[in-house]
Amino acid sequence: MADAHSTESNYLTATTGLKSWLFTLDHKRIGLMYLVGVLVFFLAGGVFALTLRTELLTPQGGDFISATTYNKMFTLHGAVMVFLVIIPSVPAALGNFLLPLMLGAKDVAFPRLNLLSFWIYTLGSMFFLFTLAAGQLDTGWTFYTPYSNTTGTAVISATFGAFILGFSSILTGLNFIVTVHKMRAPGMTWNKMPLMVWALYSTAVIQVLATPVLAITLLLLIVERTLMIGIFDPAMGGDPVLYQHFFWFYSHPAVYIMILPGFGIESELIAVHSRKHIFGYKAIALSSVAIAIISFVVWGHHMFVSGQSELAGIVFSFLTFAVAVPTAIKTFSWVATLYKGSIEFNTPMLYGLMFLFTFSIGGLTGIFLGALSVDVHLHDTYFVVAHFHYVMMGGTIIAFVGGIHHWWPKMFGVMYSEKWGKISALFIFVGFNMTFFNQFLLGQQGMPRRYWSYAPQFQQQHILSTVGGYLLLVGFMIIAIYLVHSLRNGEKVGPNPWNAQSLEWTATASPPIEHNFHGQPRVENDPYNFPEIDRTGSSH
Amino acid sequence: MPTAASTFAEDTDNLYFFITALDTLFFVLIMGAMGYFMWKYRRRSKDQKTSSITHSGVIEFLWSAIPTVLLLVVFIWGECDFVRQSVAPADPLEVRVTGQKWYWTVEYPKYPGVSLNSSTEEPALTLMVPKGKPVRLTMTSTDVIHSFFVPAFRVKRDVVPGRYTQIWFEATRIGEFNLFCTEYCGDFHSNMTGVVKVLEPDDFERELIKAGVLTQEEGESMAAYGERIYKRRGCVACHSVDGADGTGPSWQGLYGRTESLSDGTTVKAEDQYIKDSIYEPNKQVVAGYAPQMPSYQGQLDNEQVTAVIEYIKTLK
Repeated sequence: MADAHSTESNYLTATTGLKSWLFTLDHKRIGLMYLVGVLVFFLAGGVFALTLRTELLTPQGGDFISATTYNKMFTLHGAVMVFLVIIPSVPAALGNFLLPLMLGAKDVAFPRLNLLSFWIYTLGSMFFLFTLAAGQLDTGWTFYTPYSNTTGTAVISATFGAFILGFSSILTGLNFIVTVHKMRAPGMTWNKMPLMVWALYSTAVIQVLATPVLAITLLLLIVERTLMIGIFDPAMGGDPVLYQHFFWFYSHPAVYIMILPGFGIESELIAVHSRKHIFGYKAIALSSVAIAIISFVVWGHHMFVSGQSELAGIVFSFLTFAVAVPTAIKTFSWVATLYKGSIEFNTPMLYGLMFLFTFSIGGLTGIFLGALSVDVHLHDTYFVVAHFHYVMMGGTIIAFVGGIHHWWPKMFGVMYSEKWGKISALFIFVGFNMTFFNQFLLGQQGMPRRYWSYAPQFQQQHILSTVGGYLLLVGFMIIAIYLVHSLRNGEKVGPNPWNAQSLEWTATASPPIEHNFHGQPRVENDPYNFPEIDRTGSSH
Repeated sequence: MPTAASTFAEDTDNLYFFITALDTLFFVLIMGAMGYFMWKYRRRSKDQKTSSITHSGVIEFLWSAIPTVLLLVVFIWGECDFVRQSVAPADPLEVRVTGQKWYWTVEYPKYPGVSLNSSTEEPALTLMVPKGKPVRLTMTSTDVIHSFFVPAFRVKRDVVPGRYTQIWFEATRIGEFNLFCTEYCGDFHSNMTGVVKVLEPDDFERELIKAGVLTQEEGESMAAYGERIYKRRGCVACHSVDGADGTGPSWQGLYGRTESLSDGTTVKAEDQYIKDSIYEPNKQVVAGYAPQMPSYQGQLDNEQVTAVIEYIKTLK
């Protein structure tokens, strides 16, 4: 039935001209525009990172860039990667494209709000970058007071920039929550939603609840500056540690805004490419919700040595271990899904498996940092840098890249070169681990983070790390080339090249038509009911 | 882990190795299962049948409960060590630590006049402690947040302006160990390092006074004494002597130069202005620089200031 669509116009060709994109209300086009933005910023953030890594080839500072430039570079790298790349990557780019298609809806609940949130993102990212560059901001992405107070009023405008971007996330989150509640196709009960939808839903809840805290922080900063009431500035009797509480009260849930959507993609990749029903659907779905809730009460684990009370440290340590359990459950469930499957090692699946490797390391090394006495030694060293890169990059970015490969044929109706896909995945796997695994060793040896120069004993591992960084660059360049190449020259695909069972594959063409579906799709089966599943000799 | 040189190091390392073992076991189990399934259930034919299994209450309970118990063990273990490390025993050696961009000042209430400073130029002797005696550091910052980290002791604590934070430790090994600032504090954050020296209790007092009291040595010129003060009392962190621009103006050619100030007036940099700038640094700030130098009132006496001026005179 879906084949009949292939000759008619799709969402890419339905209307033409720049205006038809900039003012589109189509969630698919908005998703693609987000995708372009995210990828451009990803390139920029990567260039900043490689600048840092190049400087770190030798222990003495200054053979490539000055200390001041180095400090601005890591600020830009962190801020761009967190606020402009990882946070919007999966929800705003892929999520926007997929959510209505997966639910069997014509669009999101509020298409105009969706466009508004894209424009706020665009303006917010311009403002944010302008602030970082013009304000010569060198505070790191965390903008800790009082250091950030010494750089003029940059902390206010930077927080304002983050807030504008946050506002865009709030609108997207609100839109997704309503869409999931009100626009599911007939027959799609909560337990028949793809796990990607569960992940996007949990993320949306965190976005809506956590982001307003940024606004409160901003307000307090402005009150402090204009009315000279000491809130964070010790010179006026304020408490700089209070700023850290506010910052992490938003930014820790934000960590889960970044990783939960990655979990959603992982569930789809593993199930579809092993032709197995996802193992423990309910556990995976509910653990996303559990993580979303607990993530609000673990922020103090960033502050074990900051001077917060010991009792607070103990409570936060306990809650941190509590959030580890649902994450472990998910990982075990993905591995168990492979059992008695029919595993195809195509590019999306390679990223799915790579995720299990890198994210497991990221999760397991979190245990060191949650344990109070060990964290005292490891805090603010390269161990922490390695840990969050294994989670943010080894988790979210790897899942995001896997997701792009998985849904690329749906987005553009073409297939990329499978051979180059595998080659680049190898570069990324080797490059990533080479860059960051060393950093665990550096950190436990006592190498502090944000150092422009360092003790000579650390040089060997720094060199390995830098070489790994360049391998990553090669890997990502290969991906960029073959994906762009496939747009014109890629083999055309049918509506469902993976033979997946969720609505975005079964009920519409590739690329989808402008209004997603010809009629209202109906859902009878759950999304992981693959034809290969042997129902005769049920082992259950 | 780096050399273990305090009583905490062994505790922290034991838990570190326990978690390493636990993590390795779980990683091998997860990756082993994944690798085995990848090989065993690789797609051999297009219509390869797969299992209809969707969940298992027993397995899911076990892989929730076992990690929960193990994580609780890690939590309690880390918590007990942390509490022990938070409470200093009675009658420790008291030390005061001040962090400022970008050096540490260490003073000993029991030994007035003794003061040690780190240097941004090279790792300099910054903290001296006797072996086998508890030492408590009471720390604060005069500008932004810093963090005091001695990897060999496994201790770290942020040094926050406007409040005091404390750590204690007992060194167990004679030697010299790295001190790092681990809270980002600006341009020369990575140069805010120093050396911690652990001494035999019998040598401690003598060595400390030798290293920590700055007096003019026999036969030493005023200018040479001034140069030692420049290096040891933190001036070097912001003022170059080769004309390079820093956080403060360079001292090269400073003496006798006419400086434009931020309030629009000018002043000739001679003895009185230099002395005023050391004791009340933010009163007459050279245009183009931020008023952020701390006062040295009470830290440098008259004779030491004179030595610094003599040193500046030599910097043509």
